[in-house]
Amino acid sequence: MNVKERPSVENWTKPSAIVNELPQNTSINNQSFNSTNSQQHQQKCVNPSIMDYNLEALSSKFNQSSENPSFLPSSPCNQTKITNQDDVQMNQMLQNGKLLGWDPRAMLSNLSFLEQKIHQLQELLCMIVGQRNQMYDCPEELFPQQQQLITADLTSIIIQLISTASSLLPSVKHSLSTVSPLLGQLPQLNGVLCPSTANTISGLHLQINGDPMQQNVGDLKPSDRSNPVEQNNSSIEVHEFKEEDNADEDEHLSPGSYEILQLEKEEILAPHTHFCPICGKGFKRDANLRMHMRGHGDEYKTPASLAKPHKEASSELVLLKRYSCPYAGCKRNKDHRKFQPLKTILCVKNHYKRTHCDKTYTCSRCNAKKFSVLADLKTHEKHCGRDKWLCSCGTTFSRKDKLFGHISLFQGHTPAIIPLEENKGLSETLNHAENLEAVSKVGRVGFSFSTNDFNGNDIQGMVDLKGNIEEACFSPFDFDACNLGPFHQESPQPTFDGLGSSFSFLISGDMSAVQSGTNNIG
Amino acid sequence: MKKQKMMEDADRDRSRNNLFDLLTEEIIFCVLDYLNDNPLDRKSFSLVCKSFYSIECQHRRNLKPLRSELIPSIINRYPYVCKLDLTLCPRITDDSLLAISVARGDALRSIDLSRSKFFTGTGLANLVGNCRNLVEMDLSNATELRDSAAAAIAEAKNLERLWLGRCKMITDIGIGCIAVGCKKLRLICLKWCLGVGDLGIGLIAVKCKEIRSLDLSYLPITNKCLPAILKLQYLEELVLEGCFGIDDESLAVLKQGSKSLKTLDMSSCQNISHVGLSSLTNGTECLQQLILAYGSPVTLALADSLQRLSKLQSIKLDGCLVTCSGLKAIGNWCESLRELSLSKCSGVTDEGLSFLLTKQKELRKLDITCCRKITDIALAHITNSCTSLTSLRMESCSLVPREAFILIGQRCLLLEELDLTDNEVDNEGLESISRCSKLACLKLGICLNITDDGLAHVGMRCPKLVELDLYRSVRITDSGILAIATGCPGLEIANMSYCNEITDRSLIALSKCSKLKTLECRGCPQVTSLGIAAVAVGCKQLTKLDIKKCYNINDFGMIPLAHFSQNLRQINLSYSTVTDVGLLSLASISCLQSMTTLHLKGLTPGGLAAALLACGGLTKVKLHSSFKSLLPQKLFEHLEARGCLFQWRDKVFQDEIDSKSWKMRLEEDMMG
Repeated sequence: MNVKERPSVENWTKPSAIVNELPQNTSINNQSFNSTNSQQHQQKCVNPSIMDYNLEALSSKFNQSSENPSFLPSSPCNQTKITNQDDVQMNQMLQNGKLLGWDPRAMLSNLSFLEQKIHQLQELLCMIVGQRNQMYDCPEELFPQQQQLITADLTSIIIQLISTASSLLPSVKHSLSTVSPLLGQLPQLNGVLCPSTANTISGLHLQINGDPMQQNVGDLKPSDRSNPVEQNNSSIEVHEFKEEDNADEDEHLSPGSYEILQLEKEEILAPHTHFCPICGKGFKRDANLRMHMRGHGDEYKTPASLAKPHKEASSELVLLKRYSCPYAGCKRNKDHRKFQPLKTILCVKNHYKRTHCDKTYTCSRCNAKKFSVLADLKTHEKHCGRDKWLCSCGTTFSRKDKLFGHISLFQGHTPAIIPLEENKGLSETLNHAENLEAVSKVGRVGFSFSTNDFNGNDIQGMVDLKGNIEEACFSPFDFDACNLGPFHQESPQPTFDGLGSSFSFLISGDMSAVQSGTNNIG
Repeated sequence: MKKQKMMEDADRDRSRNNLFDLLTEEIIFCVLDYLNDNPLDRKSFSLVCKSFYSIECQHRRNLKPLRSELIPSIINRYPYVCKLDLTLCPRITDDSLLAISVARGDALRSIDLSRSKFFTGTGLANLVGNCRNLVEMDLSNATELRDSAAAAIAEAKNLERLWLGRCKMITDIGIGCIAVGCKKLRLICLKWCLGVGDLGIGLIAVKCKEIRSLDLSYLPITNKCLPAILKLQYLEELVLEGCFGIDDESLAVLKQGSKSLKTLDMSSCQNISHVGLSSLTNGTECLQQLILAYGSPVTLALADSLQRLSKLQSIKLDGCLVTCSGLKAIGNWCESLRELSLSKCSGVTDEGLSFLLTKQKELRKLDITCCRKITDIALAHITNSCTSLTSLRMESCSLVPREAFILIGQRCLLLEELDLTDNEVDNEGLESISRCSKLACLKLGICLNITDDGLAHVGMRCPKLVELDLYRSVRITDSGILAIATGCPGLEIANMSYCNEITDRSLIALSKCSKLKTLECRGCPQVTSLGIAAVAVGCKQLTKLDIKKCYNINDFGMIPLAHFSQNLRQINLSYSTVTDVGLLSLASISCLQSMTTLHLKGLTPGGLAAALLACGGLTKVKLHSSFKSLLPQKLFEHLEARGCLFQWRDKVFQDEIDSKSWKMRLEEDMMG
């Protein structure tokens, strides 16, 4: 029975047809299984995965608890039962998974299970090899299925191993680990080939990205596309790890978990210095703001509450405030499909000026760079005209020590001599040409550094940065960022990379300004 | 036709009779290996016959050309030259470097450009590009080189030793290029490269893991680059002289010193006390030499920090304030010092020095120059315990009485170098000292108590004497010099300046010393052209001649000099009666580089100009500033472009005072 439980044929080592009794039995078993329950199974097997995710996502989001990894390896364990036993086991499996707490012992058991499983597989294969010469008649069409089964079995072992290992990592990648064991599991259950797995994955993605609150077991319907927050969440895969690192920042808010405020254009551009933390209205004088605050309720009448507006308040109880850009079609506008809310009123101001206003501040030194935010100009002026510290790879640095840190880190990179310093020799001009070439080549590298820096900070900061860089990229060419919205949506990352690499040389000054700007915001 | 054939036959016959034809080239090469003392020896060897000429050409590995104009031809003549010393060529342009690099190619391994000018980064780029096996480059004093030149140097991937002293225009960027490019560097000297800071040095330490020797003198570095330096696995020598940016506080951060370090020079680091020193030497068990000259006071605490350095062999504390307890602690902690330098240390007393010396019996070299407090007690201890001394320098130990010097000759018989300048030593002392038969260098300047009798003992019993200094030892006369010249045939350096009793007889006697290279007889008014002529004829290797204030030397001395002293590099003719004729004849000495001609009454502007133009190898000329206006500016520009440097002096004519009153005036100055 042991062998029957593990329906597998050694086809990957011996591609030639091997016929014996054992696979025959199992394949028949499997076949019947497929024929009778395949439809039902497919649905059932997906559902638990959704439930897994939902529960998991909820627990991680609201309790900030560490993930329970043990349920993941347990599912393939159950899977073996599923093949022979009833679907009822499915629920049991899920419950088992849920009930087990994070425990080294669980991991130990996982590992020993793995060992056992591998051992079994080994035994089976030995047996097959032993029976190799005893050729029995066997339905030929069963072989592909057997092959799939054994491949899937091996895959599940591998995935199990990975997931067990990944549970050891300090930052728990629940979305990844939730999906992966199922991937291995599903084709086996369905008895289908790999292409179908891809479909399943995409199906799963939709579920994952969907609003967890609205999900029910068995609900396979694609989530509502009109929901802007869901679009926001679709970026989960892109900065999955970043999200883990900054779980407490939690900018992937579900709709309804925050309140969207949209200030008028005039309000944004008004030279106000005091802003209402609740509605964002700006005032010239603090006294007026305080008067205004009284209108928001009695709790704002004490000086203490004025001093620390809403940070203290529990996020569960009071709705967070996020801001929308009044410019229609902008990604920061609440009606945009991939709406990304702005975090603070200052973000709104800077975003609006940078993106939708003329650049009125011109650098008096280089007369080339223009800015719409005065602070950006000032940041630029700090660096404008300074020695650019250049590496042979083309990366420029505003500070010499940064350049030397870079050079000591990488093999073969040397400091590049800026030819302006001395105007002699043909070789130098040649060098210069090379440098310029390299600049455009390695601009991408430079950029990726800057984002890496931001990974450590917060997700909002990174999103802001990206947005701003996009703006910076486009602005010299008078592109309207919002027109390119759909384009971004299709494949935001490659587009950005392409533009970033070709123009980063031009905008390198802007980038530093933008970075510092976002730092201020964050 | 017939005639030619006959000549060929004759040639063949001659070659058959040549015994050298029986020897293999290797054997002749071995013979040539010993012809190193005099460059002229090799020259005469190569002039013997064609085969000798070609053998000499093939044998030569090192080349030190006198004139840059000749480089293209000699570079082709010597196909196996791998080491090129261009220190005698002041003008090396990019074209010369290109010619050298093309001719030598990958064969060239070493080049010295430390005294050359007029080349740029472009020339270096050609050199480095064509000579890929360059291992050694000396670019010191190339003050005009910039980072682009450094980037060119960085292409020399096999470079192991690089000197960049005084390359002030090179910055961190250039050094960074070198650090990345020249990974095999074992030695780098960046003394006075003021543009180089922590970042450049840090990168050197990170990228060049093979570094053995690192000279960072007078660089504006701080402790930031030190951790990386101390991690260098093979670092043996570290020079941090005059690094004012390093102080105790910053050194305190260092956890572990370099384990391989053998020599540490922290001279003129006034901000580093014993605290910083102990942080820096923490774990440096191999340290053999420690130089703390002109630093913080050598106190008990500092000396205590030497306790852990068990392998220390040499300590130099020149110019430091030294306490008695500090000296005693050094005596206690250092197990086997070989070398101790306390030159110009104030605070060295009989007590401290005596204690130290009784503990350090293995001492080979002792320098107590200007330790003016010590007396015969200390000298008794020196001679008593340090019997293996080979070098004793005790200039201006004026409290040591004349009788004490007898002790030196009684006990320190292995002495090779003895500096008794400005001491009370007398003839009895000299007689005793003459027992040190290995004596090679004896300095008896301003020893007013010694006479010919004492010197005669030295002449009789110190045959190995190479250097003798009798500056202002005014009681010495011809007979003393005669004894020396007879007994010390190997004499190379003789200084008899202001010994005004000296006459031509001395010079004629010295002309027997065929190895004489340096002769200084300033202020010897009785010396005439006759004596100079004798020296010129006898001492073919003479390279440096100072006859300032020898009023009786005239053109008749210069003509034989010009004819015979073809190795003369440096001459001082000030106050002599040499005229245009003498100067012009000197101009025929092809390797003459430095000339000082102040207050030459017979010198006219025209004669000077002609001499300057004729003397193609001049690099330094000291002239009275009156000539500046008398000669056309174009002339000076032309000469400067050739690589000649002019120094203008505006001193008034001075009559010589006698040595007694000179010393009295000196002592008055010291009191005041």
